[in-house]
Amino acid sequence: MEINYAIETNDLSIHYGNFTAVKDVSIKIERQKITAIIGPSGCGKSTLLRAFNRMNDFVPNSRVTGEVLLHGNNLYGRNVDPVEARRRIGMVFQKPNPFPKSIYENIAWGARINGFKGSMDELVEESLRGAALWDEVKDNLKESAYALSGGQQQRLCIARTIAIQPEIILMDEPASALDPISTLRIEELMQELKKNYSIIIVTHNMQQAARASDFTAMMMIDDNRSGGVIEFGETRTLFTRPTDKRTEDYVTGRFG
Amino acid sequence: MNQKPDHFPEGENFYASLRTRYRVAAIWQTLFFSALLIAIVALTALLYNVMDGAFGYVAFDYKKDPAAFTSIPMNELTKEDLLVILKENLSPGAYNKLDNERKMETRAEGELYTLFLERLVQIDTKATWSMTDSLFRSAEIRAEAAEKYPGAQLEFRSWLTPQFLTTPMSSKAEFAGVRTAVLGSLWLVGIAILFAMPVGVGAAIYLHEYAPKNWLTSIIQTNITNLAGVPSIVYGMLGLAVFVRGMEALTSGAAFGVTDSNGRTVLSAGLTMGILVLPLIIINAQEAVRAVPDSLRQAAYGVGATRLQTVWHHVLPNALPGILTGSILAVSRALGETAPLIVVGASTFISLDPASPFSKFTALPIQIYQWTTRPQSEFHAIAASAIIVLLALLLTLNAAAILLRNRFQRKW
Repeated sequence: MEINYAIETNDLSIHYGNFTAVKDVSIKIERQKITAIIGPSGCGKSTLLRAFNRMNDFVPNSRVTGEVLLHGNNLYGRNVDPVEARRRIGMVFQKPNPFPKSIYENIAWGARINGFKGSMDELVEESLRGAALWDEVKDNLKESAYALSGGQQQRLCIARTIAIQPEIILMDEPASALDPISTLRIEELMQELKKNYSIIIVTHNMQQAARASDFTAMMMIDDNRSGGVIEFGETRTLFTRPTDKRTEDYVTGRFG
Repeated sequence: MNQKPDHFPEGENFYASLRTRYRVAAIWQTLFFSALLIAIVALTALLYNVMDGAFGYVAFDYKKDPAAFTSIPMNELTKEDLLVILKENLSPGAYNKLDNERKMETRAEGELYTLFLERLVQIDTKATWSMTDSLFRSAEIRAEAAEKYPGAQLEFRSWLTPQFLTTPMSSKAEFAGVRTAVLGSLWLVGIAILFAMPVGVGAAIYLHEYAPKNWLTSIIQTNITNLAGVPSIVYGMLGLAVFVRGMEALTSGAAFGVTDSNGRTVLSAGLTMGILVLPLIIINAQEAVRAVPDSLRQAAYGVGATRLQTVWHHVLPNALPGILTGSILAVSRALGETAPLIVVGASTFISLDPASPFSKFTALPIQIYQWTTRPQSEFHAIAASAIIVLLALLLTLNAAAILLRNRFQRKW
């Protein structure tokens, strides 16, 4: 049986000037699953994640070698526009970063600039429901997004991302700035979202990876301080029977 | 006995060192306060110096006796009386000329009174005294005036009057006003901001949002900062060469059918001022653009926005308060500049309001400079009044900057 992967990388390396931040990553990420990327600080988890929707393009002197395949097309190919990549692969950032606009506008803006033709009101409601935020904000859609709590803001950012109907959602430690209850709500939401989207999440929180993800990629830096994926597989296997000694040490909390 | 090595002072030693620290702190606090005091004294002295000149005793008499024109005391003349007096006593030619400029009946009473003083009784200022002297040495001034100028009247007057603001230039200080100069300055500032703001903000956006960070952009960056420190007279030379001479066809309006003008127009001067404030506007706008958090740009890119959409919908609106404030403050510098205007060729005597970009012009600082170089003391008095007008304009601009910033900041 042929599995249709959401995203595949072949020997993906990311360089900043002469420094190689991420080296030779080849993983296949499955559709409609949650894939967690874990590893100690500075191992290149976020860098790898941001390579999936070309957000590293904004870092001066950054360079990518190898391939990131979406439907078999290399995202870094000559004829691929980074704007299209970001349109198909949405991103939720570490710190909630809603636009300084109304709740409604936060969702409508992304759709509008991408040429959305349908009913905006419906899209806003649908997206807010999808992010489990509708009931809390339906009466004050015109109010500033900054009036929301941190957890609500992060769910608004998720709503904003699903409003443009991407195929994949990247989450860069989406709960690290939130309290445990808000974190739990985000995790529950992820389980809902994976029915329609493939999710890749970077997390520092080992329990979160174990609880919420289907697959896990373990990253670690080598002697040249370049990060690489040392083990990748089903979360249950990786946490219970890791093949790599370093993974075992890390997931059992012996270091990191 | 304390076993630990006593690297830290304890007991009496500690309190002694603490007292020393407080003593040093007190000295520094006094120094900081003195610095503030010096600044306050300097500003107060400046304001006082200007006020000192603008108010005070004036000794004057009339070349012709007012009683020759009317039996009514001068301070009881009504508009109707003045109209009759002017009609009867001015030569028909002079009266008609004034009437043609603007109907006599439509003129304000103060204006008619000024005409009465200027044309008929011909007020003649003998001497002026500063405000300080007028307040504290009034007896001596009276004696001096009575002795030196017998028959002259002594009056405490403010040289800054509503008429001073509304009348154009005159060769007699008593009747001169700053109307032409204020309008000229406003035209200058208007043209400067229309030119420099779009260009400056555009350059700042390009430098910060588009340009790659390499040696070339850092050289450009450094030189913009350096340009902000170039003496203004250099910009005057540039304006003379480029706008007045090089682009004369455009700046004189010849290309648009204006025939009676050369390149020394308010347009040339305004553009020169625009170039002068351009580096300041770029620096301020860059600062404002830099203050927009990166997370906002990433959010916009993250939902598939292009660079222009990100800049236009998020960076610019959020940087706008800072850009506006910075631009207005930069332009208020242009308001006070004199040297470039002298080089570009501001008119020193002009009584016609600037009516188009191709008009000859004068500006407040030019007018002030011109009046202070005159030997007669009454011109120094009106120069002081013009300085007050200039300061008021500057404060208005700065207040506008603050209001705009607060207004836009409340909106998200």
